[in-house]
Amino acid sequence: MRRIPISALIGLFFTALFFLSAIFADFIAPYGMAEVVSNSIWDPMSRDHLLGTDALGRDMLSRMIYGGQTTIYIATLATILSFTLGSVLGFTAATLGGWIDQALSRLVDLVMSVPSLILALVVLSVMPVSTTILILVMGLLDSTRVFRLSRAVAVDITVMDYVEAARLRGEGTRWIVFREILPNALSPLVAELGLRFIFAVLFISTLSFLGLGVQPPLADWGGIVKENKEGLVYGIPAALVPAVAIAALAISVNLVADWVLNRTTSLKGGRGA
Amino acid sequence: MPETLLDIKNLKIEATVYPPGEDPHDITIVEGVSVGLEGGKVLGLIGESGAGKSTIGLSAMAYGRGGVRITGGEVTLNGRDILKLGPKGLRGLRGREVTYVAQSAAASFNPAKRLMEQVIEATLKHGLCGRSEAEARAVKLFRKLGLPNPETIGNRYPHQVSGGQLQRVMTAMALCPEPSLVIFDEPTTALDVTTQIDVLAAIKEAIRDTGVAALYITHDLAVVAQVSDHILVLRNGNKVEYGPVKQIIEDPHEDYTRALVSVRSIDHEEKKPAEPVLRVDNVTARYKGTNFDVLSNVSVDVAPGQTLAIVGESGSGKSTLARAITGLLPPSAGRITFAGRTLTPDLKTRSKDDLRELQMIYQMADVAMNPRQTVGTIIGRPLEFYFGLRGEEKHKRVQELLDQIEMGKGFIDRYPAELSGGQKQRVCIARALAAKPKLIICDEVTSALDPLVADGILKLLLELQAQEGVAYLFITHDLATVKAIADSIAVMYRGKVVRYGPKTQVLTPPFDDYTDLLLSSVPEMRLGWLEHVIETRKMESAGN
Repeated sequence: MRRIPISALIGLFFTALFFLSAIFADFIAPYGMAEVVSNSIWDPMSRDHLLGTDALGRDMLSRMIYGGQTTIYIATLATILSFTLGSVLGFTAATLGGWIDQALSRLVDLVMSVPSLILALVVLSVMPVSTTILILVMGLLDSTRVFRLSRAVAVDITVMDYVEAARLRGEGTRWIVFREILPNALSPLVAELGLRFIFAVLFISTLSFLGLGVQPPLADWGGIVKENKEGLVYGIPAALVPAVAIAALAISVNLVADWVLNRTTSLKGGRGA
Repeated sequence: MPETLLDIKNLKIEATVYPPGEDPHDITIVEGVSVGLEGGKVLGLIGESGAGKSTIGLSAMAYGRGGVRITGGEVTLNGRDILKLGPKGLRGLRGREVTYVAQSAAASFNPAKRLMEQVIEATLKHGLCGRSEAEARAVKLFRKLGLPNPETIGNRYPHQVSGGQLQRVMTAMALCPEPSLVIFDEPTTALDVTTQIDVLAAIKEAIRDTGVAALYITHDLAVVAQVSDHILVLRNGNKVEYGPVKQIIEDPHEDYTRALVSVRSIDHEEKKPAEPVLRVDNVTARYKGTNFDVLSNVSVDVAPGQTLAIVGESGSGKSTLARAITGLLPPSAGRITFAGRTLTPDLKTRSKDDLRELQMIYQMADVAMNPRQTVGTIIGRPLEFYFGLRGEEKHKRVQELLDQIEMGKGFIDRYPAELSGGQKQRVCIARALAAKPKLIICDEVTSALDPLVADGILKLLLELQAQEGVAYLFITHDLATVKAIADSIAVMYRGKVVRYGPKTQVLTPPFDDYTDLLLSSVPEMRLGWLEHVIETRKMESAGN
């Protein structure tokens, strides 16, 4: 076992911190999510309120922890959905080719030709905004990007002799997709996974900021920015806290993704060293 | 006493390797090699892959490829130690005093620039002469190398000339700055035999006329014997033997050299014709979207337990025939009968038994195996798929197959990247064998291997044929291989079978013109063979 590089250790530490505090939010958060704890708004940082209070006098740290839970939960599920759907369809399109490939690819082109934020806004303004709908909309929209990537990777793999050998053996599409192509396409997908997860975090934050994402009183990072943005005019940094959290999460997740990528490419039988 | 141009003394070359799961460490690639070369002479460097021949060749321009470092010894060129030259000195040396001809001309040319630009680039960069004079030099070299339309060929792009021509253009590029030494790194290995001979003749003539010295790197002793004055035999980075060509060919001192000289010593008795297991009847095929028949009216038979060799140069349709038989390219006309059943044209509609009994082995074992599957999975999958074997039973059968291909225990959990080239091809053979096929299509299975390793594979294939009674359809461009294993031969040229019959009959004169060309183009380990062939042959190859 090779030593884990220092950058990956830092990434792992912060990623774990974010995820653990999201999972155990109920135990960690010092106050309730919507509990008003102060009579004044935007209290500065103090011993009682480590990150101060927000625009309604609620404890900022607790809001951040509960907000992280919602944000990370939605982003994770949306990413899982987009990857499962996008990669399976992408691999299938590359393996089968012909009209199935054409139909799927053109459909994806069509969806991608409309800016995803606008598409999401339209869909969410006619649908009831719930967590499930949010995850579905984000996952489906993002799966178009994953589809493109996995199809491009798989097209290179399907022309390899070992895939032809599997076809000659009479293997079905399922074996070819999951046993021949997937293991060889994993490295670029893992790299993309890290990026896509962060894009999902940004996307849900954007939606919430615009008021079409997570609905109050539920907290999420984009919503917290929205609630506290007026404070910036008075020099109150509360709105910056979630921004810093998003940045920290983005960097740490990608440090981990880089490390996983390095490890999988140098695995036995990996493509190149 | 003629002057020594290049003097390599005690050369030591190292590289750092990064094996997975281990710490990086240094390995020695070449150690203690000393050799000299006089002006105007040709030194052949010969050895199997990994022998260090290219590495030594490149050291003559003080260059280490891919992290390789020259760590010891001296390389003296024109009286000065070039290993001590700084970057500026080396810039003046490379492309001017020493030039290089790479193996794959197709990959070495910039596809976006015209040939002439690239041929005279080094000459202009070094300020050796003006543009018009450099172009005149290039045209002269094109003419000397026997290229068609020497005045205008320089205006073409690399994709507009054939592989053999491109290789000659590259030779012109190397000769244009009038260097004192040219390094030829396997210049004809990627070419067809019939094309190789033209390129060889052109290179030999150019070397003689320009009086340049050359290092000629190859793994084919018969080729190097035609162009060199001296030969250095290498193995695992060490010198095995050095001597004049005549002595190396006719009186080798070392066992290893003797093995190289006498390679392809397999004797194969031709079997009697029998009722065929595979009958290809008037098959015509073309690729989608083209109106050109890659195969036209091909008819051949393969008898059970026998070998049919399909010979021809690249583009002759040999591999397309394999694709038509396997159903990857459904033929547009004709019928294929296999084991008494008529095969449907398309792969997707064939029965599991049809698929099982018709197996295929590929040229590049590297890409014919999934790099993420272990040997056990690769060989085990057909057992599972066709016979439903699982668990212990499957494991036992995989081990039996590994024993059959002469690979013992401990290979079952390895990945393809952890095998040598010969072992990889053996695993592919075992995978085909696992299906208990009646016929195996072997598509150039030994072309990518070193001669001694290829010999081992051929012997194994013959043994397996005797044990299992499996028939082979053996596609190759290498006639020595054909002589070693075939029972019957079909010669293909431009999509047609031009000569077909039992081995002895096909290889007995009188020949048609193409078969004559093909047979005479196989390099023979005999001095003066090249000149003899060039004088006596009747037609030129299609690729020229």
